[in-house]
Amino acid sequence: MTDGTAEAGYPDIWRRFTPRQTLVRYVWFLGAVFVAVWSVRHLDIPWFYFLDAHVQAADLAVRMIPPDWSYFDVIARPLIETIHIATLGTIVTFFIAFPIAFLAARNTTPNRLTWFIGRFILVASRSVNTVVWALLFVAIFGPGPVAGIWAVAFRSIGFMGKLIAEAIEEIDEGPVEAIASTGASRLKVLLVGVLPQVLPVIYGTTIYRWDINIRESTVLGFVGAGGIGIQLYASINQFAWDEVSLMLLAIFGVVVISEYVSAMVRQKIT
Amino acid sequence: MLKIEALSKSYTAGVAALDNVSFEVAEPQVVAIIGPSGAGKSTLIRCINRLVEPTAGSAILNGENVTNLNSAGLRKARRRMGMIFQEYNLVERLTVMENVLSGRLGYVSFWQAWRRNYPPEDISNAFKLLDRVGLSGFQDQRADALSGGQRQRVGIARALMQKPDLLLVDEPTASLDPKTSRQVMRILVELAHELSTPTLLNIHDVPLAKNFADRVLGMQDGKLIFDGTPDELTEDALTLIYGEEDWKPEAKAGSPAEQENADSPEQAAAV
Ligand SMILES: Nc1ncnc2c1ncn2[C@@H]1O[C@H](COP(=O)(O)OP(=O)(O)OP(=O)(O)O)[C@@H](O)[C@H]1O
Ligand SMILES: [Mg+2]
Repeated sequence: MTDGTAEAGYPDIWRRFTPRQTLVRYVWFLGAVFVAVWSVRHLDIPWFYFLDAHVQAADLAVRMIPPDWSYFDVIARPLIETIHIATLGTIVTFFIAFPIAFLAARNTTPNRLTWFIGRFILVASRSVNTVVWALLFVAIFGPGPVAGIWAVAFRSIGFMGKLIAEAIEEIDEGPVEAIASTGASRLKVLLVGVLPQVLPVIYGTTIYRWDINIRESTVLGFVGAGGIGIQLYASINQFAWDEVSLMLLAIFGVVVISEYVSAMVRQKIT
Repeated sequence: MLKIEALSKSYTAGVAALDNVSFEVAEPQVVAIIGPSGAGKSTLIRCINRLVEPTAGSAILNGENVTNLNSAGLRKARRRMGMIFQEYNLVERLTVMENVLSGRLGYVSFWQAWRRNYPPEDISNAFKLLDRVGLSGFQDQRADALSGGQRQRVGIARALMQKPDLLLVDEPTASLDPKTSRQVMRILVELAHELSTPTLLNIHDVPLAKNFADRVLGMQDGKLIFDGTPDELTEDALTLIYGEEDWKPEAKAGSPAEQENADSPEQAAAV
């Protein structure tokens, strides 16, 4: 088709960015490099230890293999407790995050104050790590799985509430108008017009969060909030690496199963 | 039945989307509202059930001024006004039956609504209406599995479930093909007459309006500028409403095929 000559009257140069835009992009790139360099210098990393890191890693691997299979009897119960903490924490979250999401969504919140309260709860929940929540709840309830359940729930509320609130804000307003124009009350409009539209997101995020919570629950024991973390922490402190490797394998197995379950459930909901 | 008095609406101060509109519907008739895009047809209809708050004026339904009701009163008044939308506005993930029954939401408790536990007379009425709109057997289908024409018929059934004193219809056929449009219009108008429900109906399709309506209102720039029977909607009247244009079908493009078709009854009705 083309014979190598430019069409008369049409430009034969086209650039994605103007020179000015190109300059701005270089400045951003240099800025990113600067931030990276600055972070590394500031951290004062002891490079000396890196010299024999590969030796240490190999040594650790040797100590970890084979795993101490007999130790499984000891960790079976804590492992199941970990799953229970994650599951109960997620269920508690479901019931708390749900109403908060409706407060935090602009199109369903009653007024600006309730919206602000909803948003505040979501941000507060997410700004604190699960382990920090666990420390607080261990102080309140004492050590054990109850503290773990609440820690998991308090961290998850922000996560699920935010995702559900965003889904609520993105719903189709048409059906909502239609339900409102039948003379239904606010609450019934939420029930029939809004809820069905966000139900898949609610189920999806709940399952997703449960999946995350199982992983998070494995370290709650480090601070005494129940689950397999207690044993894991003890074995690490005693340098019992063959026990550690067994526990890591067991956790890996549970995560794989939860991954499989959540993928299955998410496929079912449309 | 319905009396609109000096109804006005400005979305932005100083620009009237609806400008001092007054008219009365004294008998159960189907009133088509036509006019160019942006004339204020949707605004008029939405100001009546206050999906849009009117700026001034009043809408009086069976002696009750809907415009100054508080929110509880408005909900009661809305029960008596069924609305049908261009985009159907069904709750897609619910079944046909759930959508139709939602027309009764104003009458059941929250708990009943939660459990989908509607009174038996509502359920039999829903089955009857589904049958009347030609959707018997569809009750357990999900709304998102229906075609446009089927969805709009569910929309009609939902609105009629309210046993309304007034039907508000905003471009019910704008998303449908010509044949389905006529079917939907026929069902709608037949039921409106049968149930003696006065109906306000926005529509862009002038031939369809002339075919099915008992009365035609014409709007332009937020004002009501035509009020008459379909027969009175002459070319001059159309020019008044829509502006200068040659309304004869054969004037269009002027292909021989079109000229022949001009003799068919439907095309003739459009003139
Ligand atoms: N939510 C809104 N906010 C601001 N202006 C609006 C809004 N809705 C409508 N308008 C304006 O009000 C005027 C009337 O709009 P309306 O939707 O009532 O017209 P219409 O006759 O229904 O038009 P169409 O035939 O295209 O549906 C238009 O100028 C429109 O831009
Ligand atoms: Mg409109």
